[in-house]
Amino acid sequence: MNTVKLDKIAKKVREDILSMSFRAQSAHTGGALSCVEILVALYFDVMKVFPKNPQSGARDRLYFSKAHDAKALYAVLSERGFFSKKILEEYETNGGRLPGHSVRNCVPGVEISAGSLGHGLSMGCGAAYAPKLDRKKYRTFVILSDGECDEGTVWEAALFAGHHKLDNLVAIIDYNKLQGFGYTKNVLDLEPFAKKWQSFGWSAREINGNDFGQLLPLLKKLPFEKGKPTVIIAHTIKGLGGVQRHVNQISSQYKPPTKDDMKEFEKNRV
Amino acid sequence: MRIAFVKTLTEAAKNNKNIMLITGDLGYSVFEEFIKKFPKQFINAGVAEQNMTGLAAGLAMEGKIPFIYSIVPFVTMRNFEQIRNDICYQNLNVKIVGVGAGFSYGPYGHTHHGLEDIGILRTLPGLTIFSPGDPIETSFVVKESLKIKTPVYIRLGRAGEPAVHGNNSQFKKGSGFVITKGKDITLIATGTMLYTGAEVAKILSQKGISVRLVSMHTIKPIDEKIILESAKKTKAIFTLEEHSIIGGLGSTVAEILAEHKIGISFKRLGVPDHFSKVIGNQEYMRKANGLTQAQLLKTILKVYEKK
Repeated sequence: MNTVKLDKIAKKVREDILSMSFRAQSAHTGGALSCVEILVALYFDVMKVFPKNPQSGARDRLYFSKAHDAKALYAVLSERGFFSKKILEEYETNGGRLPGHSVRNCVPGVEISAGSLGHGLSMGCGAAYAPKLDRKKYRTFVILSDGECDEGTVWEAALFAGHHKLDNLVAIIDYNKLQGFGYTKNVLDLEPFAKKWQSFGWSAREINGNDFGQLLPLLKKLPFEKGKPTVIIAHTIKGLGGVQRHVNQISSQYKPPTKDDMKEFEKNRV
Repeated sequence: MRIAFVKTLTEAAKNNKNIMLITGDLGYSVFEEFIKKFPKQFINAGVAEQNMTGLAAGLAMEGKIPFIYSIVPFVTMRNFEQIRNDICYQNLNVKIVGVGAGFSYGPYGHTHHGLEDIGILRTLPGLTIFSPGDPIETSFVVKESLKIKTPVYIRLGRAGEPAVHGNNSQFKKGSGFVITKGKDITLIATGTMLYTGAEVAKILSQKGISVRLVSMHTIKPIDEKIILESAKKTKAIFTLEEHSIIGGLGSTVAEILAEHKIGISFKRLGVPDHFSKVIGNQEYMRKANGLTQAQLLKTILKVYEKK
């Protein structure tokens, strides 16, 4: 798919994210917005998925480990046809099908339950190890947040995947540089980030994760090196395309759009 | 019990290629044969129990049946959140195997004692908890665990536990096992204390007190029927376990008695609520915690006579 089409899809996804955020007056909007291009690229151009047969054994798996940003996943899955857009209205509602942190099979296409950070990559290792044994071809993508990489388990899993040469495993880090209560560089600096992964036996690339022009060619070349798991450190902007005053601010993690914000947003809609 | 575990698993792995044994870097002189026979069904995940547990969840989602293995505290507490979120919340077919129940690793110190595992794991919905008392029960629960397609915890001793049961004992899924019938005292024992319990029961019956000895190899779901039946058939109930008196078998039985308004003479025999100030081998540690045959007899008689 060309980048113009994908840009259009990303725009629709952002609208859905903001609507969910506004309706539920929920937090975690900035991190949902920052990973939109990553998810759209994967679901619309890179991964083998079967929205009408979501459990197909041949599908590529996507483990959404930064599950606090689940509304991005929900919006992309519904845009891709896994379930009706109407269900998005149930996000973080009483008795609704879409919990703030995504739950395995809460709707078709959601592969894992997550929410506590640092769990997804370990599970991803298991999902990538099994097809190696069974000589199957599908791949496993794990989406992590940058703050999540503070967790020791991420590095336990990194060690395991490197050691076992899981080149069917792809970790993508939504590196928007802002975590719960500060800039990553001030809280727990992750740099030199790529070098850390490389030293664990991974093949690492850094790109602008909000630019389809960079994402698509890179994601077509997986794995970058045979016998090595892949990590893509996707430099992104927290809150991108959302409420202007929250872009690249901690507030984007907590503040939902107001009524006026939504009016403003509607006005600028193309 | 370790040997009975690995023997049963090796047998099962032959016919089921999905069975996987994953260890947190333990198993020297125990797993070699399994590895030789089924190299592709074995992973040493390294000293990284949290990752091992998540890994097992990922494998289970792809149809594998992982058995993760380490010493009790490391395979139940270090990775508790992975057990809760990755395995139980997703209701996956993963078997957690803890070796070293109670003071099996006595001299190593408190970090290696397995005393709180049942208490914490019992809170997790959907997790079956097995606590076998001898090699024969171990073999039974391992086979049983394979029939269950949901999460299971198997709490093992270490090595050399004497057999209590005969080879022909007919265990039933989800039921406690009445070893001897009696009308004065019920002694419900589990896991590594089963043998001691059987010895205590023998001495009591020599003293003219008839003991109904129940082996409770399954803690969750608990066999409520056998507990209520025991309350009817005998005059006092004692529970016996190598676990903290908080949260384990004793607590489980107490909950059932209380909720059925049964005011029977009752005592939990287990490890008191403290960190032992001493270290020593299993026998020594049991003595320091009132769990030797002689100490148990004394406690039981004291309670029984006051009933």
